[in-house]
Amino acid sequence: MEQAIVLAGNPNSGKTTLFNALTGARQHVGNYPGVTVEKKQGTCLSEAGRFEVIDLPGTYSLTAYSLEEVVARDYIVNENPQMVVNIVDASNLERNLYLTVQFMEMGLPVCIALNMMDVAKKRGVKIDTEKLSQLLNIPVVPTVARTGKGKQELMKVIASQPSGPVKPLDISYGPDIDQALDGMEQIIESGGFLTHRYRARWVGLKFFENDQQIIELGQKQDEKIASKLAAVVEQTTKHLRSTLDTHPEGVIADQRYGYVNSLLRQGIIQIHQDENRLRLSDRIDRIAIHRLFGPLIMAAVLLGLYQFIFTYSGIPGGWLDLFFGWVSGLVDHTLPGGLFKSLLMSGIIDGVGGVLGFVPLIMFMFLGISFLEDSGYLARISFMLDRVFRMFGLHGGSVMAFIVSGGIAGGCAVPGVMATRTLKSPKERLATLLTVPFMNCGAKMPVFALLVAAFFEDNQAQVMLLITMISWMGALLVARLLRSTIIKGESTPFIMELPPYRLPTLKGLFIHTWERTRQYIKKAGTVILGISIVLWTMMTFPGLNDIETNEFEIQRGKITAGLGGTLLSTPSIKQQLLQVDVDQARAELKNSIAGRIGTSLEGITRFAGFDWRTNIALIGGFAAKEVVISTLGTAYSLGAVDPEETVSLAQRLKSDPGWTPLTAFSLILFTIFYAPCFVTVVCIARETGTWKWAVFSVVFNTCLAFAISAFFYQVGRFILV
Amino acid sequence: MGTVSLRQMVVNQTGVISRVTADGELGRRVRDMGLIPGKMIKVQGRAPLYDPVSLKIMGFTLTLRNNEADHIEVEVQ
Repeated sequence: MEQAIVLAGNPNSGKTTLFNALTGARQHVGNYPGVTVEKKQGTCLSEAGRFEVIDLPGTYSLTAYSLEEVVARDYIVNENPQMVVNIVDASNLERNLYLTVQFMEMGLPVCIALNMMDVAKKRGVKIDTEKLSQLLNIPVVPTVARTGKGKQELMKVIASQPSGPVKPLDISYGPDIDQALDGMEQIIESGGFLTHRYRARWVGLKFFENDQQIIELGQKQDEKIASKLAAVVEQTTKHLRSTLDTHPEGVIADQRYGYVNSLLRQGIIQIHQDENRLRLSDRIDRIAIHRLFGPLIMAAVLLGLYQFIFTYSGIPGGWLDLFFGWVSGLVDHTLPGGLFKSLLMSGIIDGVGGVLGFVPLIMFMFLGISFLEDSGYLARISFMLDRVFRMFGLHGGSVMAFIVSGGIAGGCAVPGVMATRTLKSPKERLATLLTVPFMNCGAKMPVFALLVAAFFEDNQAQVMLLITMISWMGALLVARLLRSTIIKGESTPFIMELPPYRLPTLKGLFIHTWERTRQYIKKAGTVILGISIVLWTMMTFPGLNDIETNEFEIQRGKITAGLGGTLLSTPSIKQQLLQVDVDQARAELKNSIAGRIGTSLEGITRFAGFDWRTNIALIGGFAAKEVVISTLGTAYSLGAVDPEETVSLAQRLKSDPGWTPLTAFSLILFTIFYAPCFVTVVCIARETGTWKWAVFSVVFNTCLAFAISAFFYQVGRFILV
Repeated sequence: MGTVSLRQMVVNQTGVISRVTADGELGRRVRDMGLIPGKMIKVQGRAPLYDPVSLKIMGFTLTLRNNEADHIEVEVQ
């Protein structure tokens, strides 16, 4: 296997920008085996040769306490890379070198890409890269990743480095820990404890840092040795506490920073500017996170993002609609009526159209959110909203997913679920993506509009506002519920950098956006098409038997009996024949698998005011919420009702004795909360890495929706009677 | 002046970290970000509801919640 070069570094150090500069379009994204952390790799073709490049997750340290850190460290240990290129932010040298020290402790071949040299220069910071290289005894190459400057030099340096073992960095962690490490090293070496993968001294260090992954691996291999090491840790910890009032982890971190500082004090950095001079980012933040202006600016930015995503994506979205409409029309005219044609049109073409129809939405969403994230503003949003969202067990950054999903009416949960990728806190992320489907997506809006127009004619604006408030409160309260029960656990610490504002590179934005969109088409597409066909099957089969079909033929015969050719084309005759057609469609629907399920569920759903027709419509709504309308149209013998023109259906429901404002609002409540559309469900499965949560979102949401609407309906009936 | 918790500092106030009492995951994250004894910090701003706090340290801006700031003791002047 060809050795790879891995790019590693702090978040915001420009690591991914460098990756894009090195690999361009020759990259692909998958997942690391068994986890949902993305693995980005690509091929770099340079004057110095051809290299496979891996972009590791960004991390501040190698003490593993998040999935990203475990993945980053395991990859390095297991894959034995040719070189670890540590991207160091030149404008933030001290903190970035903390990570460099940890790579060197592991005995890895390390090269520093000293990035953002342009920013450092602008700040009047001059760095002696040659001296830094000498002191660390590793290559240091200045780069400006966003322009590609320095990348050829970097690859030359990498290619010229000798292969083979590297002398690990051994720094002092203070006499107490050093002495303990010496003893541990002997225990580990003589016992062959994890030595096939890790350095002995490093293993001891990880026991001191209470690194759970290493400790568990150790206990699995040899419980006795693990216990001995734990005893040394305990003894040293007691000693440090009683003598220095500190603990090993703190001492180790202090000493690492002490080492970094001792390097930098040897003239590595010269500063030619007043250190207290406010930087541009700080001046912007005076307004951007101002206690009054900050929220106003944020509201404007969120509204702008929303407009960008849902207005502009509507243009290519409209093109796709036209194209698939044209294909559907072509099939309609070319093929004779029958099941194959119906499958092709309603199952396959609509399914493919459904998959691709989301593509513009997803592309625009990722463009918009990537811009906010890469510019640094997303971190400000998280900062300002954290206090509010934390009350519900969420993260300040959760707001992005809620807005995209329909926090402002008309969004879409598909990009909303995918937007949670920006959340690095796993529990908060899970709670967010399980509750964003409650938002008022664009597909739910026609359903609400229909019911509100029919039953709340005099209070339409108020009821629509009420619906928005219910979806927000529902989502937040359910998030709180989930975080208190099945997604229990302390919030991830909020300690987070507010990166300097930066103009994102176009290259980075488009690579990022295209990669995400491609994944959606490739992975979600096949599953979605399959489910679409299943749903079509449920809404179509088994159809009517011969006797039942014949009944409708008899009716048609009665209408046309004894009429001449001329009378056959009169409007009233056409109307009567059309009515037989839609009555037949209604009977076919009722007899379908979905219809039988809907009918059999009446015993339960009547408590929420629903009959078999509403039940069938809600089953169809699993495909997409606007299908609720077209299915209701069929179920009420009105034919397939266009979601945009629902006047006739509204009139029909209004005049039906089975429908009242109470029934209508019960259905509104159910629609807000019940199972997400299956595209969203597939995205939940993909984003969580397991179908467990996808199934949970269907079952839990539907049960919740039923409980809420049934409760409302029963209490309402009790009060109104 | 004396030693106070980071939570108690006001905007634009500066000080030197004297002690970090956080342990576990929080402690690691705190230290990974350079919040260790001897470091100079300056409170830069507070979120609209006064939580979290943003501060300047080692030339970059860091944010943390008040309940996280409680673990940082600072000598202010």
